[in-house]
Amino acid sequence: MLRLITLLCLICLPAYATEEQVVLGLSQDRVSITADFDGSEILIFGAVKREAPIPEGPPLEVIVSVVGPSEPVTVRRKEKRFGIWINTDSLVVDLAPSFYAVATSAPFNEVLTNTEDLRYRVSIERAIRSVGADMSIQGAQNFSEAVIRIREHEGLYSIRQNTVAVDEQTLFRTSIDMPSDLTEGDYTARIFLTRSGMVVSTFETAIDVRKVGLERILYTMSREQPIWYGLMSLAIAIAAGWGASTAFRLLRQN
Amino acid sequence: MQIYLPIAEVSVNAFLLFGLGGMVGILSGMFGVGGGFLMTPLLFFIGIPPAVAVATEANQIVASSFSGVLAHFRRRTVDLKMGTVLLIGGLAGAALGVIVFNYLKSLGQVDLLVKLCYVVFLGIIGSLMFIESLNAIRKSRKGGTPPPKRRQRGWIHAMPFKMRFRTSGLYISVIPPVIIGLFVGVLSAIMGVGGGFIMVPAMIYLLGMPTKVVVGTSLFQIIFVTAFTTMLHATTNYTVDVVLAVLLLVGGVVGAQIGTVIGARMPAEQLRVLLAALVLVVCGKLALDLLLQPSELYSLGDAGGH
Repeated sequence: MLRLITLLCLICLPAYATEEQVVLGLSQDRVSITADFDGSEILIFGAVKREAPIPEGPPLEVIVSVVGPSEPVTVRRKEKRFGIWINTDSLVVDLAPSFYAVATSAPFNEVLTNTEDLRYRVSIERAIRSVGADMSIQGAQNFSEAVIRIREHEGLYSIRQNTVAVDEQTLFRTSIDMPSDLTEGDYTARIFLTRSGMVVSTFETAIDVRKVGLERILYTMSREQPIWYGLMSLAIAIAAGWGASTAFRLLRQN
Repeated sequence: MQIYLPIAEVSVNAFLLFGLGGMVGILSGMFGVGGGFLMTPLLFFIGIPPAVAVATEANQIVASSFSGVLAHFRRRTVDLKMGTVLLIGGLAGAALGVIVFNYLKSLGQVDLLVKLCYVVFLGIIGSLMFIESLNAIRKSRKGGTPPPKRRQRGWIHAMPFKMRFRTSGLYISVIPPVIIGLFVGVLSAIMGVGGGFIMVPAMIYLLGMPTKVVVGTSLFQIIFVTAFTTMLHATTNYTVDVVLAVLLLVGGVVGAQIGTVIGARMPAEQLRVLLAALVLVVCGKLALDLLLQPSELYSLGDAGGH
């Protein structure tokens, strides 16, 4: 049954894809992390280009997702042993995105079917699970769910239903908030156009998230010149300690 | 005012960091403790990754201790000879501690053992100091002159390699101070603290040093041991966040100056009761964290690491 649906999709998709295409605009295609970086808001807007009139049937829906760089994560579970809570089991989730935001133009289960979600890995669960852990470990699902729960709590993962505005099945726009606790890397914005839960067109573009200025210099130095970085940190600390001490003493003498 | 920390990769309020640094700086100046045992858990609470908190705290302790020790040098309350002996043990201990730390990290149990260390050591030291200082206050309140303290002539005085420490007025073997320094060095590397809260009582009760000299001398040892620890972290784990350290020490150095003044004006016994109470509060909080069921049973970490 699953194969049949997939096959159907594959047959339908090329026809759809040529009919409707995404023309995208971003308010910014790079996010600069400066010393006073306090989160960022990216406006994602675009239009649907089509040669033929708008197809009949259910309206066009839009899904916008912004995905951060994926990296392995160790998940540890605590259990009560000898009266205290300690880490017992641990599992490495091979690849989990550091940031994941999904915005949709209608409730998620209406804009995308499960099968399509499985194929395109749109929902957070799919994004982690598909690249995720060795499922042979018992309760492994609990571990990947924990990643989602913790990161949702930190504002790094989010699903924002009904936040994409679609006008006349042609123009769409949404804004994605990025929290201040952002890690740098190559982020990807993905757009899916769907009709009755089936993806008709996709579009992908990169968003560059980088530390700049002092942040960049310090970060690079700490990685490439760790000894000098360490000595510099100590020198700054001692200078500040001595400076404040002297200033305070002079202040009291006067 | 939010500020993004380049190494910790989180955004925090700069004034919160000034405040924390100032508060801990006051305690540092008052008690001669580095304040790390308080600051490190506080940094966890505001969302700094533990590895960064521990390494950066070592850097910050260098600064707050430096301004503290300058004040003590001017009042001639630093026993340089004793400090150097303690330091030799401390450096060896810090190196040993890093080896132990990395071994525990490979087992994935480093957080638990760090917390257990805190609870055990803070609990023992805090209770001992609390009882001792209360007794001392009671005795002095009973009026009259307190009975002259008998100099202990126990096992410490039977050891070889004796050395004269003029500033402290002691003639004892160098073995006990070296062992104390070593022990403190190990703890400072594992727990991310200066180790003053262990060293100060050990110097008073084990070595019998005068209280006035103890604070300055321990600060002197702490500066070099934490500087060594900072370098070890910066070169192996890349976890020293200089922006975080600077923000903390801006408050810290000012706080330490105020603390030194307060410390000089308060009677030693009451100072010790305060420190004991503080140690017990932190110990209790950490013990509760281990005993009560956490709201989130799972935790995330970098793969293959912390």
